[in-house]
Amino acid sequence: MIDEADRLRARRPALEARARVLSSIRRWFEGEGFLEVDTPARVRAPGQEVHLDALASEDRWLVTSPEYAMKRLCGAGYERIVSIGKCWRAEERGPHHESEFTMIEWYRAGAPLEKIAADCEELVGLAVQAAGRAPEGPAFASWSGAPPFRRATVRELLAAHAGIDLRGDEPASELADKARAAGIALGSATAWDDIFFQVWLDRVEPHFAAGTPLFVFDWPSPLGALARPHPQDPSLVERFELYAGGLELANAFGELTDPEEQRARFTRESEARRARGKTTYPLDEALLAALARMPPTAGVALGFDRLMMLVLGISAIRDVMPFASDEI
Amino acid sequence: MPYDTSDIRKGLKFMMDGAPYTVIEFQFVKPGKGAAFTRTRMKNLLTGAVLERNLRSGERLEEANVEVKTMQYLYRDADSFVFMDTTTYDQVSIPESTVGDSKAFMPENINVEILFFDNRAVDVTLPNFIEQKVMETEPGFRGDTSTNTTKPAKISTGASVQVPLFIVAGDVIKIDTRTGQYLERVGRA
Repeated sequence: MIDEADRLRARRPALEARARVLSSIRRWFEGEGFLEVDTPARVRAPGQEVHLDALASEDRWLVTSPEYAMKRLCGAGYERIVSIGKCWRAEERGPHHESEFTMIEWYRAGAPLEKIAADCEELVGLAVQAAGRAPEGPAFASWSGAPPFRRATVRELLAAHAGIDLRGDEPASELADKARAAGIALGSATAWDDIFFQVWLDRVEPHFAAGTPLFVFDWPSPLGALARPHPQDPSLVERFELYAGGLELANAFGELTDPEEQRARFTRESEARRARGKTTYPLDEALLAALARMPPTAGVALGFDRLMMLVLGISAIRDVMPFASDEI
Repeated sequence: MPYDTSDIRKGLKFMMDGAPYTVIEFQFVKPGKGAAFTRTRMKNLLTGAVLERNLRSGERLEEANVEVKTMQYLYRDADSFVFMDTTTYDQVSIPESTVGDSKAFMPENINVEILFFDNRAVDVTLPNFIEQKVMETEPGFRGDTSTNTTKPAKISTGASVQVPLFIVAGDVIKIDTRTGQYLERVGRA
């Protein structure tokens, strides 16, 4: 058992770097003309996604991301907004997960998804500089910390690393056949996303551990969540994930602004939650109403704690925060 | 009672693809938009092969019918070894093929750990270190304490161990059973 004061003193350099990076990020957003907004932590309708579970707080839920409130602002003409705040996800704890963590989420009206990717490149570069020490860790063994990052698509990665020819809109049974033919053990998985992520974790993600960060674009439509369909290929959605140093750092969407399509997706997610025996959440009608007023927009959520892990070469998320959930 | 992924701990034993495995290491992993998985490093208890699997949250894991018993090695038969359970005094006979290389450093009356799978002995684990009297060895040259030079010495099991030249028959030596190496002299003839 390490003495608490020793542990906290050992974390001080990381916490000082964290404060420096945070203030330089705030300055950057201000320079880009962003308005920082403090959205509520307790909401009536948390994220609907099947695999995110919210923590209850009296008759409300703690947000799993500020997305819905921010989009209501987007729908009222807020063109560039950023939120820097805490989010909570139940039952997530591990070297890369804490159930309470800090998310930086921002939206740009009228911008393409590629602009958000460029923002991410700038922010990571800024964090490397503001951390104030030479970047460490596996990502930096073959990468200087400077942009540009690499770019690939989900299809390219599945073909290269798993030998799977993914369409994106094939039925789950067909995807399962492709996975089994590639020698992947699926256990009892029958849902499209479960099959996909078994392949992803077994064959693709291990390649993200080192080197220059990688944007993974063009996700299959069943993993669309709140992303709009790809303009050239309706079996895909406009979405990227940013991987760096083995960490999943950010998730971005070209935002879906069709309220009816979004309602249908939420309803499907809610049914999938019920089928898995999970708590279901109310639909956010205010969000759906706002989508109808929202201009084409791109947005992203970036895990700030993981950004600090990346630039400091720290392998446990607890070591970039003063108190982890089991230290409170 | 089957297990699920939330039961995964170091040392948990379960069945996979028809073989018993024990968990060596595990880590929570979760793609942002996907289910939680437990990245699990596990060892096949029959072959010793180590592999890694991403086990999806909620996957059922079948309990492995395995048991480790402390048993005393009594004596050797024609082609098997007889052990006694140190708590029940039951005796079991285990074929030489299962005892394997362990036999070289398994003197009579030693306590060993035996792994049973479906009530059949599948592995014999010796203590990491044993102390044994040297039965025979060539006398070393007087005063020669060179550490580079060794000679063979025979112990009661018949195994031969490379020892320093100063070791004489009747000395008691400590041996690492995992490597078969001499470690030190712990008693003089």
